[in-house]
Amino acid sequence: MATHLDISHISIEFPTPKGPFKALDNVSLKIEKGEFVSLIGHSGCGKSTVLNIVAGLYDATEGGILLDGREVKGPGPERAVVFQNHSLLPWLTSYQNVELAVKQVFRKIKSKKEMHDWIMHNLELVHMTHAADKRPDEISGGMKQRVGIARALAMEPSVLLMDEPFGALDALTRAHLQDSLMEIQKDLNNTVIMITHDVDEAVLLSDRIVMMTNGPAATVGEILHVDLERPRDRLALANDPRYVDYRTQVLTFLYEKQRKVEPIQAVVKSKKTVTRAKVANA
Amino acid sequence: MIPSVTLAALKDKISAFSVKGILLPVFGILVFILLWQVGASRVHTSLGEFPGPVVVYEQWNSLVAEHQRERVKEEKFYVRQEERNAERQAKDPSYVATLRDYTGKPTFFDQIFTSLYTVLAGFGLASLIAIPLGILIGLNRSVYSALNPVIQVFKPVSPLAWLPLVTMVVSASYVSDDPMFSKSFLTSMFTVTLCCMWPTLINTAVGVAAVEKDLLNVSKVLRLGWMTHVMKIVIPSAIPLMFTGLRLSLGIAWMVLIAAEMLAQNPGLGKFVWDEFQNGSSNSLGRIMVAVLMIGFIGYLLDRVMLTIQRFASWDKTQVLR
Repeated sequence: MATHLDISHISIEFPTPKGPFKALDNVSLKIEKGEFVSLIGHSGCGKSTVLNIVAGLYDATEGGILLDGREVKGPGPERAVVFQNHSLLPWLTSYQNVELAVKQVFRKIKSKKEMHDWIMHNLELVHMTHAADKRPDEISGGMKQRVGIARALAMEPSVLLMDEPFGALDALTRAHLQDSLMEIQKDLNNTVIMITHDVDEAVLLSDRIVMMTNGPAATVGEILHVDLERPRDRLALANDPRYVDYRTQVLTFLYEKQRKVEPIQAVVKSKKTVTRAKVANA
Repeated sequence: MIPSVTLAALKDKISAFSVKGILLPVFGILVFILLWQVGASRVHTSLGEFPGPVVVYEQWNSLVAEHQRERVKEEKFYVRQEERNAERQAKDPSYVATLRDYTGKPTFFDQIFTSLYTVLAGFGLASLIAIPLGILIGLNRSVYSALNPVIQVFKPVSPLAWLPLVTMVVSASYVSDDPMFSKSFLTSMFTVTLCCMWPTLINTAVGVAAVEKDLLNVSKVLRLGWMTHVMKIVIPSAIPLMFTGLRLSLGIAWMVLIAAEMLAQNPGLGKFVWDEFQNGSSNSLGRIMVAVLMIGFIGYLLDRVMLTIQRFASWDKTQVLR
């Protein structure tokens, strides 16, 4: 059987005033149906860029993406995205936000009644039916992110793309949402690519963790298979030696093998001081 | 029965509100009137003293009385006309009565009414042009680049410069035996439109261009059609800035109209001011001052109306509007 999602040798260059900047170099990844894959790496390593290419928001300079054997061109609802900053339309209620997506995807397939039931069903999945008629500025950050997930799920995507979905939330809310996501995942068994910089989140949620090297020209460094039986319980796992071991492996990759972040910052800083000095001289 | 603590708290609240909401503004107005009275009595012109608050109040009363007298005269005119026509028809049944309109001098309040509907028509027309054009410019960088120089050049043009051109064009192109609108109305209206459309145009364009990138991505992922994209994402997102533009436009429209009416001798408050100035009686300055205050007051009301509409129409209830 062919791979569900095949990210094949993608590279991307961004034009800059100093010439093209190669952000990704030869990233390849095959993902099976129902698999939960996390991309982890230091900030600026291009993990969001990978997601954006899969989403179709960026075009790869080289290589391409195959979804069920067909090449992906441009964005589309079969690759729904949960954005980091919820990205709900602030002038619409939770219900209307999900409705916009449902109408767009199922306009010709479902009747009005079916669409309504489908919207409510998805709000129910994320436990948000009580705030269906509230606008985003009337609900908390965690609730907004829940509605964002409901909107993405409602598109019935082949691949669900999550760009640091819980990054902007406090630790407790984040844990809540991770549990909710695992619960939903148990029922729907979606194919998911999630960007994260949280090691615990990656180990807890994923079947595979893809660790990316530092940019520029970032690529896949190591891939870790997480063989922990589901359902997973964060409390029980905390002392599980396998969990601790997976965690250590990811941490080792991030903080020993790919520890380039601080020197880079130092270089940037010294450059800035140089330019400032030049300005002062001028 | 009510516990005295809550009563005291309520009193505090009321007094806090009335100090800020009523007492201070009233105090401000009183100080202004006092300074006005003192200052006015020191300014002497060839038409007498500069009008102080008392004189202005008297002139206001006289303008109201004049208006009422005029209305009575008008009524009498129509009654007389009807009687005369009835008489003639009684004598000669084949007589077809010609009905004539009353042609008395428009009063202060007639002029206010004329100015109001002229400004609203001009502002309405400007909005009808500026909002769609602004959306187009905001959506498309090429359209923006093409139109920007034209906008930047016409934006700072004073109404007085437009006026002669508009007057000539209207007289040349609007030729009709039974005109629906008077030429003076059209001239004033178009001048207002030309001068007041820019803030709406520019703010709408900026609002449209500044739609959050995340929301644009949502639209792309959903593959929204162009129309849905504009209606569901772009316009709602631009509404707060659009209203900022509309309020600025309405303010400019009102200022421009008065100037245009003065210069072109078109009916309205501007003409009232000019006529009084030309009249040069001892009452004139007082009457002009009444008009000045009225112009300010109407401008304030127009802005309040726009603000109320904005509160109603804008999704962003957290935005502080003042």
